[in-house]
Amino acid sequence: MHIGVDVGGTNTDAVLLDGNNVVASVKSPTTHDVGSGIVEAISSIMNSSDCDVAEISSVMIGTTQFTNAFVEGKKLVPVGVVRAALPATRSVLPMTEFPPHLISQIGRQSYLVEGGYDFDGSEINKLDERAVADAAKDMRKRDIKSVVVSGVFTPINDAMETCMAEIIRNEIPDCEVTLSSEIGRIGLIERENAAIMNASLADLSKAVVSAFRDALHQLDIHCPFFVSQNDGTLMTSEFAEKYPVLTFASGPTNSMRGAAFLSGVQDGIVADIGGTTTDVGVLIGGFPRESAISVDVGSVRTNFRMPDVLAVGLGGGSIVRETSEGVSVGPDSVALDLLTEAKVFGGKTLTATDIAVAAGYADIGDKSRVADLDTEMIKSAVDRLHGLLETTIDRVKSSKGDVPVILVGGGSILVDRDIKGASEVIRPELSGVANAIGAGLAQVGGEIDRIYSYNDIGREKSIAQAKEEAINRAVQAGASAGSTDIVSIEEMPLAYLPAGAVRIKVKAIGDLKQAEKLQ
Amino acid sequence: MKRITMDNLPDFIRGTAILGTGGGGDPYVGRLMLEQELTKCGGVDLIDPDDVADDLFAISVACMGAPTVFVEKLPNADATVKAMRRIEKEVGRKFNAIIPLEAGGVNATLPLVVGAQLGLPVVDGDGMGRAFPEFQMTTFNIYGVNCSPFVMADDFENTIVLDTDSALRTERYGRAVCVKMGGIAQVASYAMTGEEIRRTCVPRTVSLAVDIGKRVRELRVEGKEDICEGLAAYFATSQPPRFARVLFDGKVQDVIRGTKDGWTVGNVTMSAAGDSNDEMFVSFKNEYSLAKMNGKTVAIVPDLLFILDRETGEAITTETLRYGQRVKVIGVAATEEMRTPEAVDVIGPKASNITEPFVRLEDLAWNGGG
Repeated sequence: MHIGVDVGGTNTDAVLLDGNNVVASVKSPTTHDVGSGIVEAISSIMNSSDCDVAEISSVMIGTTQFTNAFVEGKKLVPVGVVRAALPATRSVLPMTEFPPHLISQIGRQSYLVEGGYDFDGSEINKLDERAVADAAKDMRKRDIKSVVVSGVFTPINDAMETCMAEIIRNEIPDCEVTLSSEIGRIGLIERENAAIMNASLADLSKAVVSAFRDALHQLDIHCPFFVSQNDGTLMTSEFAEKYPVLTFASGPTNSMRGAAFLSGVQDGIVADIGGTTTDVGVLIGGFPRESAISVDVGSVRTNFRMPDVLAVGLGGGSIVRETSEGVSVGPDSVALDLLTEAKVFGGKTLTATDIAVAAGYADIGDKSRVADLDTEMIKSAVDRLHGLLETTIDRVKSSKGDVPVILVGGGSILVDRDIKGASEVIRPELSGVANAIGAGLAQVGGEIDRIYSYNDIGREKSIAQAKEEAINRAVQAGASAGSTDIVSIEEMPLAYLPAGAVRIKVKAIGDLKQAEKLQ
Repeated sequence: MKRITMDNLPDFIRGTAILGTGGGGDPYVGRLMLEQELTKCGGVDLIDPDDVADDLFAISVACMGAPTVFVEKLPNADATVKAMRRIEKEVGRKFNAIIPLEAGGVNATLPLVVGAQLGLPVVDGDGMGRAFPEFQMTTFNIYGVNCSPFVMADDFENTIVLDTDSALRTERYGRAVCVKMGGIAQVASYAMTGEEIRRTCVPRTVSLAVDIGKRVRELRVEGKEDICEGLAAYFATSQPPRFARVLFDGKVQDVIRGTKDGWTVGNVTMSAAGDSNDEMFVSFKNEYSLAKMNGKTVAIVPDLLFILDRETGEAITTETLRYGQRVKVIGVAATEEMRTPEAVDVIGPKASNITEPFVRLEDLAWNGGG
């Protein structure tokens, strides 16, 4: 048996899973200290089932706290950056585009040293180890305890970053070091930015992970616990402490993974309809499709894997208006005030929920309060909100042809008809705790993103090498070797480089080792 | 006097992305480079090509290589300055201005970075009026400005001087050196006088990028007029005025993309919004080069093709095209210096492997599209 927990901004949800069965589930409020909310939620599912804590083999936790902390610029620590690159990259120094409210906490301490690689893996310069040590000494003087090491083309070879990290740890004993090559992909500035975000969360990650750990201890649960990453795979609690940035946007990912699990659909579209917005994303093999473009977090650009989710202003609280061009739905919403503002709840604002009730297909609140609405207007509003959903679904689709659509979230009562472009519409039970279920799906991944030379070692050998490396990384991260498989391969020949240089991205995913052992 | 400052930088960058006509590389790193310099110096002056004095001596600077490499081993302003100093030594004369080679993409920003760093003005014009993939595809070359001496510099500030009989051969030899320099090289070339600038450049394309970016932003904020229609209408007032038209409103249905001999080649098919059965087909070779509506040509290179997000007016590049995007396709007439027979010979359909002849957008759109 294992437990999935989703610590959201408002609610902490927990589910107890026995293999593929959801044994118990609960929604309870998130607490200020995080820990007591988790204790509350887990106790509640343990009580409602006959499960003993000794039977729990692993606990998986999904959390949005790190994303929120970074975006709000709260609880961040000063960060120093050492980039191995000289004489290259002087024209853009680290943290150039960080906004003032982040700089005021993180600072702008950076050092460029000789080092880095060319696209073919040869060294631009030998790493200037002395300059790294000098930088470390200077940072110690400035009391910087969280450091990023980055460099040109380090995703191809992490040897220099590893060496830099060692030098820095020797000079600053209690220092946390983030390696950019562990986090991001090709794209120096975006990768470095993601690493800086990570380093700035060093204190918070320790606090949050130990709150998780203490909560489990308090519950007498002593199995290993894991934290969900934004690609839908897990990392160990030790790794999460070091790489909190990998949890960014894990909320939508877990919701989509949960929807896949609950519906049994591996390839399709998930629409999570809330009070204000609908998040629509594509499932491929049970995982969310990744965004192909760079994603800004708190107005800083990053390039690490994020779910490709399109949000549209449609939800249960969306305000409905009659305009000269017809009936409009949203994008503004009564949001948290739905239960007081919507007409069916005695309020004065006409919302999408009122329309669903008036049209006769949803039954909540007081129906008589919307009885006098004009039938034509209701019809137009129903058309409009289905149209909004259909357009959004069509925009995220990767090709023509109908696909299954899974509806989750409280706002899914707004949908009544068939949806254009959907081969079927599925509304799974328990969709309210889809996030916790998504977190509880125990899979572990590994990926690589490198440039290979087909002229040197040929295509087949290059791809074979890349696959092997991705599988090794997944196994290192805790996947069982036997269950680990390649889930995606992308080959991108590099424009303007006639020398057979090809960028290969490979991703491998396997089942969690512990979970397998105990099943 | 017109200037580029921190205030109009976001507009300028948005505009260079649109003038990239689908290619030109991601302007992100260029923006950061310029931001770093502008915070130090405050601004860069632009000189109108009509106002350049005869004794002006300008150099064009650019970054050559693979966009995938640019994002790691970033363009280097110091090495660019080194390349330009090397030419000064070669020709025995100092430069007192910078002229952009390209109006779109990364290479639209590099001249401003160098101008900011050296305190030199930048000519408000360029050699392409958009983005093109190769060094011979410039109005400078077409109208007889020598691209040699052509200097390439790496990050170590090693320089290589190419002195050839044609810009095309310079391009070929330069590419080979560029790979050996690590897939990126800083280039200074096309040293030219005030007279040559007035005679050959595509005028006012730096301020055009600012104005395009500004117009899109304003249309977005005002929220009254359709952004793409509003942008097309703007071109009637640009300096010089250009014919422009929204050629299509629809959705991306299919994208075919590959690389061939180092080029990004492919095509995109779009279906019309609403009940119309119209279909638009746009092919590309690094940049968008040919648009056909229901099989009839409606725009062809060197005229400009933009594919924009229909809601935000942001540029969509050949790399970011994907199924389901709601887009509008805008055709914009190239300026007269880009449309003469000599120009079409170098930057026209043939250079993009298109067999049909060049026909002006205004002649096509009136008859074929509509």
